Amino acid sequence: MLFRESVIIAIKALFANKMRSILTMLGIIIGVGAVIAMVSVGMGVRKQVQDSIASLGSNMLIVTAGAPRVNGVRQAAGSGEKLKLDDADAIKKKIKNIDYVAPNVQKSYQVVNGNQNWNTTVYGITSEYMMIRSLTVKSGSFITTNDMNTRNRVAVIGATVASNLFGESNPVGKNIRINNDPYKVIGVLASKGQSSMGQDQDDCVLIPITTAMERLMALTSIRTINIQVSSADKIDMVQEQVETLLRQRHRIKKPADDDFEVRNLTSIMETMTNTTTMITLLLGSIAAISLLVGGIGIMNIMMVSVTERTREIGIRKALGATFKDIMLQFLIESIVVSVIGGVIGIGVGCGAAMAISQVGSFTTVITIEPILLSFLFSVGIGLFFGIYPARKAAKLDPIEALRYE
Amino acid sequence: MTIELKDIKKIYQVGTQQVAALNGIDLNIKKGEFAALMGPSGSGKSTLMNILGCLDRPTEGSYKLDGAEVAHLGDDELAKTRNKKIGFVFQNFNLLSRISALENVALPLVYAGVGYKERHERAHYFLRAVGLDDRAEHQPNELSGGQRQRVAIARALVNDPSIIMADEPTGNLDTKSTREIMNIFMDLHEQGKTVILVTHEPEIAECASRQLLVRDGKITKDVGKGVKMDVV
Repeated sequence: MLFRESVIIAIKALFANKMRSILTMLGIIIGVGAVIAMVSVGMGVRKQVQDSIASLGSNMLIVTAGAPRVNGVRQAAGSGEKLKLDDADAIKKKIKNIDYVAPNVQKSYQVVNGNQNWNTTVYGITSEYMMIRSLTVKSGSFITTNDMNTRNRVAVIGATVASNLFGESNPVGKNIRINNDPYKVIGVLASKGQSSMGQDQDDCVLIPITTAMERLMALTSIRTINIQVSSADKIDMVQEQVETLLRQRHRIKKPADDDFEVRNLTSIMETMTNTTTMITLLLGSIAAISLLVGGIGIMNIMMVSVTERTREIGIRKALGATFKDIMLQFLIESIVVSVIGGVIGIGVGCGAAMAISQVGSFTTVITIEPILLSFLFSVGIGLFFGIYPARKAAKLDPIEALRYE
Repeated sequence: MTIELKDIKKIYQVGTQQVAALNGIDLNIKKGEFAALMGPSGSGKSTLMNILGCLDRPTEGSYKLDGAEVAHLGDDELAKTRNKKIGFVFQNFNLLSRISALENVALPLVYAGVGYKERHERAHYFLRAVGLDDRAEHQPNELSGGQRQRVAIARALVNDPSIIMADEPTGNLDTKSTREIMNIFMDLHEQGKTVILVTHEPEIAECASRQLLVRDGKITKDVGKGVKMDVV
């Protein structure tokens, strides 16, 4: 028999039993839809985590001053005094594939406005800090190179600090006191909220690094240099170059310990990605179970259909249908159910994923892989669960089948 | 010779007992004959018809259809033989209820691998031959019993078979339709088709040119072309 005929016969048989066909498909629709929706939620979680790590600074290298050894006792990391502002300038000038270099110092202070005070961390930073941390200024302006050169007493404050010191009123243009020195507030940062590590990212005061080192904290060394590499695949190369350059500048010969440390965020990223991949797999496999149940539903209905159509099978066999013809007819029928169910399921799944991201505050990411995979899986299920009923039909004895009432 | 049966036996195993439904049938039917197969129920008439129609295999013996041995073919070869050489007409019509009369008639051609256009042309031709071309698009349940049987006859003819097997074709029909259907069979006989008619009504059997009586798994009477001869 011609393949086309089998498909037409199958579709006609499905149309003859519309309600039953729809109910059978429903199993596959829900299965495929659930897989797509669940995986897209999982992928959404993954993207959210990746984004929040990236907002710490994507492609970031962090140079910290080392932990020096004093009489054999290691001091706290970053307490070394060998990392200088010049090192940051040198890195920027000599190493390629770097977007931004942002050295900074930090220390906790009590910040005062009139009768309000607040304990927060004061960061001495350069203008590039804004790019590297993806900060945006809500009102006012950010610290400029000019502010750094002239060691201006200006400050950009985070949203938490602004609300605690100024309440509802606009802080821009007003003065705050840090360590009893007046600083003019030139800008307020847009809120970034909690970080993925549970830290309030809005609880900070930013001042020019030169002001911080020379006028506030009396430091000659810096604590960290944040480096943004132009692309993720260059991170390892740049990291090595930075290490070599700093060793040269600090005159460290091979066997001696470095007095600095260079780290990157890829390991955090990897851990997070692994975790979220596990979540995605878990959600996907739970959903896949419903797809399997849908497949069993197809098998069940096909069995009923074969019994119900015993006489039809008998007639077809009497008229010359071979084993293969009947087998193909029923197999195609179950595959058609699962393909149509699969296609509708893709629509439902994508729709559900979009609805989740619209209604819930969830990000969902629809990717092609789960769509293709669950579709192929549903076709496979149609095939697998169709084989047994189709074989049963094809093996019927024509005489018995014709006699069947 | 269209049909040559030699010492056909069909033995069923019932529990530990062996029951012979057919007990040594020898039968030749020439091309163009119109034979009526008669016999009481339990006589082996149905078993013989199933074997003649290639729906079943004999336990022993030889069956040559158009000169080719078909007694011990496999299922698929039997299916192909039925498709090419045998046209069935059943008592209860056995039309597929969800497809049109035309598609029912064309069904054997689907399994013969004939393309869509030719299928429909041939189906139309045979529907016209039984006078039902105007009902081509109707479903079987929209047709009367007589009309359904005519559709079934058109279906039996569509692949130009060697023999037409009619199993009680008028069993479910009123007198008027019975006459119509029998006229069609007699016309077919006149056109040179080989027709085998299974019936238990003597007046129906009278329409055939040869009457065969089956009893206890044997042919006990073979009356053909006005010449009576007892076989026993």
